[in-house]
Amino acid sequence: MERQITYGQAIAEALVQGMELDPNVFVFGLGVDDYKGIFGTTRAAFEKFGNKRVFDVPACEGALTGVAIGAALHKKRPVLVHARNDFMFLALDQMINNAAKWKYTYAGKTSVPIVVRGIIGKGWGQGPTHSQSIQSVFAHFPGIVVAMPSNAYDMKGIILQSLKADCPVVILEHRSLYDIKMDVPEQPFTVQFGKAKIEREGTDVTIVASSVMVFESLKAADVLSRDGISVEVVDPVTIQPLDERAILDSVRKTGRLIVADTSWLRCGFSAEVAAVVAENIPQCLKAPVKRIGFPECPSPVSKTLEDVFFPSYRDIVRSVYDVLDRKPGIDIPNLQVVDSFKGPY
Amino acid sequence: MNEIKKQLLAVMLKIRKAEEKIVEVYARDGKMRTPTHLSIGQEGVAAGLALALHKDDQVFAGHRCHAAYIAKGGDYNGFFAELCGRATGISEGRAGSAHLTDAAAGIFVSPILGATIPVAAGAALAFQMDGKKNIAVAVFGDATIEEGVFAETVNFALAKKLPVLFLCENNLYSTHSSLSVRQPSSPIFERVRQPELPTEQIDGNDAVKVFETLTRAVNHVRTKQMPYFVECMTYRVREHVGPLNDWDRGYRTKDEVDAWIAKCPIARLSKTLMDEKIMTLSDIENEEKKYAKMADDAYEFALNSPWPDTLSMTEHVY
Repeated sequence: MERQITYGQAIAEALVQGMELDPNVFVFGLGVDDYKGIFGTTRAAFEKFGNKRVFDVPACEGALTGVAIGAALHKKRPVLVHARNDFMFLALDQMINNAAKWKYTYAGKTSVPIVVRGIIGKGWGQGPTHSQSIQSVFAHFPGIVVAMPSNAYDMKGIILQSLKADCPVVILEHRSLYDIKMDVPEQPFTVQFGKAKIEREGTDVTIVASSVMVFESLKAADVLSRDGISVEVVDPVTIQPLDERAILDSVRKTGRLIVADTSWLRCGFSAEVAAVVAENIPQCLKAPVKRIGFPECPSPVSKTLEDVFFPSYRDIVRSVYDVLDRKPGIDIPNLQVVDSFKGPY
Repeated sequence: MNEIKKQLLAVMLKIRKAEEKIVEVYARDGKMRTPTHLSIGQEGVAAGLALALHKDDQVFAGHRCHAAYIAKGGDYNGFFAELCGRATGISEGRAGSAHLTDAAAGIFVSPILGATIPVAAGAALAFQMDGKKNIAVAVFGDATIEEGVFAETVNFALAKKLPVLFLCENNLYSTHSSLSVRQPSSPIFERVRQPELPTEQIDGNDAVKVFETLTRAVNHVRTKQMPYFVECMTYRVREHVGPLNDWDRGYRTKDEVDAWIAKCPIARLSKTLMDEKIMTLSDIENEEKKYAKMADDAYEFALNSPWPDTLSMTEHVY
């Protein structure tokens, strides 16, 4: 029987195993060695490997990213941790102007395979600057792999794959998924970049979802199956590279597409997926594409506003009925939105 | 020391003749299609630095990088071919003038102000982790100390006790913006100094002084495993980007430019070498001819080199 661990535990385990496999791996970031250890994810590595390989730093996201690049030039495998991905805006010059372009600009003679973890926040009034999800920023620029694992298995495999890659990798982790358990092998294993997973097969509607929205989509698919609707859920795992073929194959089969993302719609991941389908197989679409994401405003603090701001499984269910042009034949239960994080801060 | 002085002159002439070749052909031939920031007038800093370093020490520079690249021993034909966008360029025509990087020679360049300063600290961190005795040098201009990442990196390097030398080439201008409108009037080295960070300011156009100071600074960094900061006062003679003179464009005066040309690091060291009877005028002229020919040949090499295969354009992204 497989063993179950949480998404957060999968991160911790992958880091420890990655450090065992490669003595060049080190982990740094604000608070990685403190008693909380980035929501528990760096604690085990610190206890096992000590402060030479897991160390605290000053608050300087730009410089830290450059330091990671410089260390990577010397065959080190830095893992830089940002407790909220919003802080990565402070590192954009290094990420975009240096890391993303390094290998290409210098004709492949050197590469800078840094791994950058950023955590997406949501809920408990974390508000405008602590609950953004900045995947489209990084995915826009060639040269960075952007992973958004939606479950513990993929998270472990993506981290271990990142520690073998020859390019910079951004891993965006969703805080709401941290306590969700699943079967994860104890042995080290990798999950490929650019290979989507069909999380649930279906024939009526395709939902392409990122991160926590995969979880919401699966819940929606479950409820909808009771109304005789067959939903296919596609998890791209990495949004750059993007497994276009898996998306197109699914839409060819179902003829309907919903994209559910953890961010805004404009110029975002949901726009990208819609474009891929529109450019390649518009003739296969039986209904207009539907996109689900944040409303056009920053994320507010008040609980009342938050409840409306963050899309949930109910929005997905409603969209499925829309693209099918039919009305619910069952009562839609008011399931709790996925959020294993209950606060308080 | 006589030998060092001769080597300093040789390195400076190698840089100067390369850049004079660029001046000669840049507009005339139009073969170098890459924004080019010439170091003419600033060669003393790069020459003094290169001779003060061990071979396996590494240098991380910014946009005005020709001098550091050549001084550190970056591939010379690959330099000209890179400027001409050829497949034989050091980065196969992808990097151009402002990204001149030859990892084998230990010179890394990226041109956004401050971009390579933390990268130097990262290299220093790797040296420290591996127990190596190499050091990393961040070379940057006076405007770069205005960037946040400079302050971030100095703090990081001090907190982590990293072997990194911060080397500021103060040429008084950021593009066309004078230092006097960008910073307070006190000298940079005094404002950068911290209890744990020794700093000093020297005449960057005195190559011997640069060599002696940086030898001491490098030794401090290597043996104490702590950062050090040196400000070298110098001046770019040509325009910010491109091969021309620009003293008539209003942001600086011909008198100012002439005063600095009179302090040319090559002319000064040449005079010293002759005064001290280490080299004769004809020795120096022979050196000049040698490096002029080297530049002619490298340009020829570049023009005879193939263009990159367009099918290779999307290689090496991931």
